[in-house]
Amino acid sequence: MDLSYTPEQIAFRSEVRAWIEAAMPLHLKRKAEGPGHYEQAEVMEWHKILYAKGWIAPHWPQDVGGTGWNIAQRHIFGEELVRANAPQLSPFGLGMVGPLLIQYGNDAQKKRFLPKILSGEEVWCQGYSEPNAGSDLASLQLHADKDGDDYILNGQKTWTTNAQYAHWIFVLARTNAGGKKQEGITFILADVRNTPGITVKPFLTTGGTDAFSETWFQNARVPQSNRVGPENGGWTMAKALLGHERTLIGGIAESRRWLRLCKRIAAATAVGSSSLLEDVEFRRRIARLEMRLRSLEMVQLRTLAAAQLGRAPGPESSILKLVGTDVEQEITELCMDGMGHDALGWLDSPPEALPEVERGVASLFNYLRAASIYGGSNEIQRNIIAKQILRLPTA
Amino acid sequence: MNFDLSEEQQILVDSVAKYVKNDSPVERFRKQRDSERGYELEAWSRMGEMGWLGVAFPEEHGGFGGSFADLALILEQLGRGLVPEPMIASVVLAGGLLSRLGSADQRKAFLDPMIEGRTTLAFAYGERQGRYHLHECATRAERRAAGFAISGEKVWVLNGHAADHIVVVARTSGAQSDAAGLSLFVVDANAQGLTRTRVPTMDGQRCGLLRFENVTVGADRLLGAEGSALAHIEWAIDRGAAAACAEGQGAVQELFERTVAYLKERKQFEVPIGSFQALQHRAADMYAETELCRSSMILAAIEADDDDEEMRKREISTAKLQLGRGGWYVMENAIQLFGGIGVTDEQDEGLFFKRLRVLQALFGDADWHADRFQRLPHFATQD
Ligand SMILES: Cc1cc2nc3c(=O)[nH]c(=O)nc-3n(C[C@H](O)[C@H](O)[C@H](O)COP(=O)(O)OP(=O)(O)OC[C@H]3O[C@@H](n4cnc5c(N)ncnc54)[C@H](O)[C@@H]3O)c2cc1C
Repeated sequence: MDLSYTPEQIAFRSEVRAWIEAAMPLHLKRKAEGPGHYEQAEVMEWHKILYAKGWIAPHWPQDVGGTGWNIAQRHIFGEELVRANAPQLSPFGLGMVGPLLIQYGNDAQKKRFLPKILSGEEVWCQGYSEPNAGSDLASLQLHADKDGDDYILNGQKTWTTNAQYAHWIFVLARTNAGGKKQEGITFILADVRNTPGITVKPFLTTGGTDAFSETWFQNARVPQSNRVGPENGGWTMAKALLGHERTLIGGIAESRRWLRLCKRIAAATAVGSSSLLEDVEFRRRIARLEMRLRSLEMVQLRTLAAAQLGRAPGPESSILKLVGTDVEQEITELCMDGMGHDALGWLDSPPEALPEVERGVASLFNYLRAASIYGGSNEIQRNIIAKQILRLPTA
Repeated sequence: MNFDLSEEQQILVDSVAKYVKNDSPVERFRKQRDSERGYELEAWSRMGEMGWLGVAFPEEHGGFGGSFADLALILEQLGRGLVPEPMIASVVLAGGLLSRLGSADQRKAFLDPMIEGRTTLAFAYGERQGRYHLHECATRAERRAAGFAISGEKVWVLNGHAADHIVVVARTSGAQSDAAGLSLFVVDANAQGLTRTRVPTMDGQRCGLLRFENVTVGADRLLGAEGSALAHIEWAIDRGAAAACAEGQGAVQELFERTVAYLKERKQFEVPIGSFQALQHRAADMYAETELCRSSMILAAIEADDDDEEMRKREISTAKLQLGRGGWYVMENAIQLFGGIGVTDEQDEGLFFKRLRVLQALFGDADWHADRFQRLPHFATQD
């Protein structure tokens, strides 16, 4: 066990830092001062800058576009992106369907889809949940019926994040209504924009932004060559992908950002002739969270290190999701507490009433209530830990 | 000891509940989210006609001689429907100060029309550097031949964007952080030198950013004695906190009940989600917190009328802390147990969540009240 950095790794950190500093456009840097709420166009702008540098997918194997970095380098890279408060890339292509295709896709699919995920030409979204299939995902109803060389898709997905920006969606569809419900599910890729019968209706979230959509399929015709893996074999892949997702959506990197934001807010919040950052009680509250986050970062590093030794993310990834989202929510709550009366502000409060560093914090705070719901709710994560790790008996 | 409502109180509660159900369901508030004012003058004058605005004022001040607890019962019911009219700003804060300190002429000019529902009021006290400390005041009132000239800035003034008259805190002597030297003035909304910026807030309501530049008022606009307003400001803000607990109680109760109903109705894994023991325990804890909120709120509402300043502060801080902590437990879990739909704007639960978060941030947050509590003389005595 040795957790210290080598001179090469220290040099690597400087290289990354200098590059980000030079590569990040000024208008993005300006946004990085606040909560870092980037528009989709800005996220994709940054995506393309990373792509041009060859640093878009450090976690992919080198032969399909990865960087060939080891785990320490990847970690350093991640830390530096957080430090710069750079836009957070959409996880659906790079983090989910990409790795899935690398593992289970055929050559034609890899050739067709991977390059455009890397380049950012094609944006992806995830069509798992349905109105009546949330926690109980396996009960999903959207069905795909064979017709010649195609599937015909009918049904509804919901809470589809980014569907309104997406070119492609990966869908879990029912292809067999009988038998065990997990065994009749197939993994299918669909072109959102060019398939007649697919419609996307964005929802407004409590954060005041339209982060997710309802996605309808009415006789939407998709070639069978867009199926990944065997028919009725989608559940295994869906679960593998969820395990993967859980290592990503604990929001651990984001928590670092919000923590720094919290300190900036506290420093900018006057209390008489002093500032809130001078307040011992408030400093302790920040400190407690920062220390908890530090422990969590080590859990994450251990998971990553295990992954590098070829072990797939197991049920322990549930810890990252469970504790990670809890910490993430607590930090934004602390930001709100720090703001005092400014916590009343909203996205449309005029600038003279709400300082720029605080704009968007209340929106984030509201939106992040979803962090303990999406990607498998935290209750479901606890069930997984109890059953699969602790092997506790069922009632 | 008797926690039951009197017959009159029960009639009052029933009539407010009926109003919310029939005339002011959450739908009405939703529409007001897009309006300039954020609420309806028509609804306000109806509240005046029904006598709700005057409930807690003495009869000789044009009120009905009831207690603060009566007013709290009204606010609790209004909280269940997210009724956006400015009860706290107008009746509890500014109205309370006018009734407590106003001369007969001042009451006649500013309090009477408000009680009748013809005007609304605001209380401008908070400043950027003030946080929750009420003595922090950089706004100054300089003596002029005919009265005073007020200059300064007040932030997040509830109903400040729309009020007809504004009670403002200004310093007539001393330095920015001094306890002594604060005075209260009544300023007209259209006074020269007063700029009001409408500020939309997280809960879908609005408030005002008020800038005073040499706003001149006559000596007859001084409310109470010059230079000794702090104790009265504390009194008003304590009642604001008690009112926030009362309105917040309505919202907490409503969220709790809606959540329990949803646990019975929503099915996953072929069963109602309320059959999962993990969620049953959560609901049981939410129930406990809701009852703690309600109990401490009742005590706070009764103590709001207490002349014993320490008792008043103790119980109101207790209730405000409970709203901040226990109320938070209920609201975060309500959203959690609704799952994905809980974070959509279409669903009402998020609106209650936001209103509650605003009430938690007003009149001292949980930390501030815990801090004040431990500074009260009684804390150190060990009985
Ligand atoms: C912001 C946001 C973005 C999302 N993005 C996507 C996306 O891009 N693609 C996608 O497919 N989905 C997405 N989702 C959907 C998300 O995965 C579901 O919301 C989630 O799985 C929960 O399902 P549900 O909303 O139907 O809640 P339900 O399953 O109805 O759950 C309601 C409550 O019951 C609890 N519960 C359910 N079962 C149990 C149990 N057995 N034991 C204990 N408690 C239980 C839950 O934890 C929750 O608190 C998103 C959701 C949100 C909020």
